[in-house]
Amino acid sequence: MADSDTITRSAPDTVKILIAGGFGVGKTTMVGSVSEIAPLRTEERLTSAGLGVDDLEGIEEKKATTVALDFGRITIGEDLVLYLFGTPGQQRFWFMWNDLALGALGAVVLIDVRRPETSFAAIDFFERRDIPFVVAVNGFYGEHPYPPEEIRDALALPEHVQVLLCDARERGSCRDVLIALLDQLIASAVQSDGGGRLTPGGP
Amino acid sequence: MGGGDTAGRLVRPFALTGGRTRPSRADFTLITTVTAVDPPPTWATRPQPEHQRILRRCAEPIAVAELAALLDLPVSVVVIMLCDLLEAGRITLRPPHPVSRNQDMNLLQKVRDGLGRL
Repeated sequence: MADSDTITRSAPDTVKILIAGGFGVGKTTMVGSVSEIAPLRTEERLTSAGLGVDDLEGIEEKKATTVALDFGRITIGEDLVLYLFGTPGQQRFWFMWNDLALGALGAVVLIDVRRPETSFAAIDFFERRDIPFVVAVNGFYGEHPYPPEEIRDALALPEHVQVLLCDARERGSCRDVLIALLDQLIASAVQSDGGGRLTPGGP
Repeated sequence: MGGGDTAGRLVRPFALTGGRTRPSRADFTLITTVTAVDPPPTWATRPQPEHQRILRRCAEPIAVAELAALLDLPVSVVVIMLCDLLEAGRITLRPPHPVSRNQDMNLLQKVRDGLGRL
């Protein structure tokens, strides 16, 4: 068998979506709900090399630290795999998100209505970098005390960013959030295409 | 000689990489897929045990993040060893789908359809 045959052997194309939000908002739960594998945890070792001094604020006594990333996988087809990465919840690891965000299709920002401020940093991060995102309000115990529009106003989100109510424990609910993100991406791709030779499947 | 100060300690992750902390190639992202070259090139030398562990795990294509999680090693350590294996011609890699501002409509539609089937 020629080398070229072995090289092209069935490695799938890969894409990723980030699941972001404050600490304890349900990111890993969401990843686990839609992933075909139990969420995996990998560690990225960060050292002081390459980081500004300010970046190490709060972890001064350590020269190196380890940030855990939880992720899952959805096989879209034989030749395409989608990975979902939960961003590190602690805000002081925001610099990790830069690497993670590179090459992502988009993001889901999870919000806990009881303490929405913990997800402000994530919204800010994606807005500043022009990374498309949807906001998913995780109703703890399945409860949703506020309608989406009220949450949109409270977060001062632009019109094109969708706000969805979800239950991170429910597979169907998490799937719908991801589909909403894809619909948003498709809609903006059609727009930038100048009205589109291709149109999205939806109405 | 040298290395005497580490006697009695558990092997630390970067001992596996000969003390190197930076990969020689920047093209291993978390979702870059790696696959062992089978059969190995005729000029291949016998790999180190840790490299061998990686080769076994990537007999089938696997993403870097998954490989690190399964080996229970930090991503940065795995990437350094993957660089060695790439240089030795023992693995091939497939970079992730490029994402640009003008996103690929066919790709988006494919992902959306796939999610719809969940």
